[in-house]
Amino acid sequence: MKKLRLATLWLDGCSGCHMSLLDADERLLELTAFFDIVYSPLVDVKQFPEKVDITCIEGPISSPEDERLLAEVRKRTRLLVAMGDCAVTGNIPAMRNIEGAPAMLQNIYTGQELLQPQVPGTDIPILNDKALPIHHFVPVDLFIPGCPPSADTLFTTLTALVKGETDQIPLPACFGA
Amino acid sequence: MHREKIDRIITEHRQFLDQFNHHVFVCSGLGCPRNDEIRRALERAVQTQHLQDAVLIRKVGCMGLCSAGPLVLIQPQELMYQGVQPEDAEEIIASLGKSPIQRLLLPADLAFFTRQHKNVLRLSGRIDPESLPDYLVAGGYQALLKTLATLQPPDILRSIQDSGLRGRGGAGYPTGLKWATVAKAQGSPKYLICNADEGDPGAFMDRSLLESTPHAILEGMIMAAYAVGASQGFIYIRAEYPLAVQRLKRVIRDAEQNNLLGHSICGSNLNFHIQIRLGAGAFVCGEETALIRSIEGKRGLPRPRPPYPAEKGLWGCPTLINNVETYANIPPLITHGPEWCANLGTDKSRGTKVFALTGRVRHTGLIEVPMGMRLREIVDDIGGGLTEGHTLKAVQTGGPSGGCIPAALLDTPVSYESLNELGSIMGSGGMIVIDETSSMVDIVTYFMAFCRDESCGKCTPCRVGTAQIHNLLIKFQNHRATMADLEMLEWLCDLLKNTSLCGLGQSAPNPVLSALRFFRREFLDCIATEQAHEEVKP
Amino acid sequence: MTTPILTLTIDGKEVSGLATETILQVARENGFSIPTLCWLEGLTSVGSCRLCMVELRGSTALHPACITLIQEGMTVTTSSERLLRYRRAIIELLFSERNHACAVCVVNGHCELQSLAQQLGLDHISFPGLYPALPVDASHSRFVMDHNRCILCTRCVRVCSEIEGAHTWDVKDRGIRSRIVADLDTPWGDSTTCTGCGKCVHVCPTGALFEKGKSVAEMFKKPPALPYLKATRAQEV
Repeated sequence: MKKLRLATLWLDGCSGCHMSLLDADERLLELTAFFDIVYSPLVDVKQFPEKVDITCIEGPISSPEDERLLAEVRKRTRLLVAMGDCAVTGNIPAMRNIEGAPAMLQNIYTGQELLQPQVPGTDIPILNDKALPIHHFVPVDLFIPGCPPSADTLFTTLTALVKGETDQIPLPACFGA
Repeated sequence: MHREKIDRIITEHRQFLDQFNHHVFVCSGLGCPRNDEIRRALERAVQTQHLQDAVLIRKVGCMGLCSAGPLVLIQPQELMYQGVQPEDAEEIIASLGKSPIQRLLLPADLAFFTRQHKNVLRLSGRIDPESLPDYLVAGGYQALLKTLATLQPPDILRSIQDSGLRGRGGAGYPTGLKWATVAKAQGSPKYLICNADEGDPGAFMDRSLLESTPHAILEGMIMAAYAVGASQGFIYIRAEYPLAVQRLKRVIRDAEQNNLLGHSICGSNLNFHIQIRLGAGAFVCGEETALIRSIEGKRGLPRPRPPYPAEKGLWGCPTLINNVETYANIPPLITHGPEWCANLGTDKSRGTKVFALTGRVRHTGLIEVPMGMRLREIVDDIGGGLTEGHTLKAVQTGGPSGGCIPAALLDTPVSYESLNELGSIMGSGGMIVIDETSSMVDIVTYFMAFCRDESCGKCTPCRVGTAQIHNLLIKFQNHRATMADLEMLEWLCDLLKNTSLCGLGQSAPNPVLSALRFFRREFLDCIATEQAHEEVKP
Repeated sequence: MTTPILTLTIDGKEVSGLATETILQVARENGFSIPTLCWLEGLTSVGSCRLCMVELRGSTALHPACITLIQEGMTVTTSSERLLRYRRAIIELLFSERNHACAVCVVNGHCELQSLAQQLGLDHISFPGLYPALPVDASHSRFVMDHNRCILCTRCVRVCSEIEGAHTWDVKDRGIRSRIVADLDTPWGDSTTCTGCGKCVHVCPTGALFEKGKSVAEMFKKPPALPYLKATRAQEV
């Protein structure tokens, strides 16, 4: 059987979802039987490749850079998976949406007693005013809620996807827990 | 005994009125600019020209043609002057009995007046709203006297049922059925409420009725109280209508002093009192269950029905609640008999209906037409067509709960059923004429903002849904919408319609759904993708 | 006069109930689950969350099960694809209304809104979040009111008024701006009517009302046995 090309993308999340994936421990070896990991923070690939079967995205869309990357990923991916609450609902990064990015940056970098109070410059991506879930930008094929989704959940999902069961994956996951 | 007293007032007042060669009527509605000044200027002119014994200046209610206001009517010649200013007063008084002032004169055969069929508005603009003798001379309270002297409550109930009268507040529930239910309901005391919490943008029917012929509303209420056995009535009126409130207070006092209200009315065994309750301006308090809670002194939130107010209303007692115009229909209906009302209008929508005709027509104002009249007749004949250089796009009826009728369907007759079929409603009577310069997206966004602000916040779909729909519509206004947004818009409208608790939420999507039905193109034009153009092609 | 017993059909099963019972009561007695948020046994029903809507044969409209009394021969459908779609959408609206980040909520794992979302198979929120800026009132010595988590079910308002008799809570403003307030919109800690009984905290279905000094794992809501409370009080009188 031909291996599926799997990518994972780390946007404005905390990497907890990726850690959770690593928590699958020895089962990761089982996964490698089905998947080639073609792009991930866990492997050293700079460019997002063409013709990816499954991409799991962690984190919401928080900057124009995220938006650009997401559009590219969507174009090159057959099955897009929103992995974890941040990608699904915005979750903790979206808590800044209440006051907006500029106010948050001011508050955090200058509002407290710091040695060198200054808002980060332009050499890093500028934040969008709001951090938003990925389905607000592109169609998403599968949502896996959870903060983070457990290793079991992620393992179950990936193995089910290998079998082509995209519609009815029984997920024990819910928002938050 | 009482009859004689009334007759004496009528005779004396008629004698007083007959002394004058000319009666000059000046509109005194809240919406007419400077009408007070005009009246005072006319009174001064009468003084300076020494005509106190020949000319009587009267303040009257709305004469209807608001776009030509302020109006002055000269009786007995039936001359109507439009756009009168205080400076015209001397000239008007000097011309009495001579040739009329051509530059101010309205044509006597103006379709605005001749095409109407006045029933509840018949005395509007013809009598001093605050004068009981005026109302009596015009035949007022005769229906009540006839009722108390010769009819039993079941007779009235049958008359109302036979007439086919339906509630004029918007929903069109059969009035006779409602009354019969309250009459039959167990529980004491029974209450009666007049819903004068008119809140639709662009609607001023109830305000005009209350300002023009407040006695007629009282008369209708008293007759209703007699029919259903109510002992206490409330008029729930919004505080934004100060003139109507002031006049109501005055006429209630006059009616009480003349034994037309209070204990053993006109010597009968009917006891009925009326109190005024001011609404603080929440639109949702026009919904009957919210209105009832507001009268009870609670937060104005609707509650699910059943039980209906007819069984459990004010303080849990059987309560009859009708709109101002419905009560105004009662006295003429009893005077002329049920067949008279039944013969007007269509099979299922009987009688006449008052509309506030506004928007881009030449003649705007308060009109009354028989049900079944075609929209085209209202717009082109009564309204005089659109203002110069503009073409008709749609007619909006029913305000934030209604919808729009596109120009192509202008031959639709005005009735509860035909408007419902087109996804609009009769509503309380707001009728806004829209021309080609207005965007339907803008109009529905406005109405949705209104519903979002006026939602009481009790039930989830209305509270959050109106806010979500409004945000979506703003995306359309900004040309940033997608096909997915259009889909979500329709889904949210469906959700609100089917799951909201009260009429406000259930009908809030109506303007959007109606615009999507007849002007979908305008929404698709706000979507800048190829997909949208594909949908348009077939 | 004895209360008549009526028979009706719920989801194809013939059941019976007292004429004074609602569809919700009879359905639950017979093992049918209908989701609710504003409804709580022992409090007056307000029919405001609109989750318990059911279909009745012969009526195109939907009816809230929590306040609709049963009728002889009624045929009720408690879960159809249409109802489930509406229920999911209502939960989605609630999530979009305020700032519900379950991951950092004090009742994560013991929240009625969260578990209803899971029960109804909700895996994302299609409506955009409104992200309102709302305060957290921590002025009370023992409890906190976090408006970001409030779904305006008004259980707190009703339990305080109907069971505790204090009526500390009420709602201010209308529509999307509605907010629960203590007394006449004073900080909870300054309230002169609050008895500190904590009933509101324990009937709150979400993390809007919670106890200070408890960790997430400890923050179980224990709705007081309201019907029992009411029954014993009725006997005392």
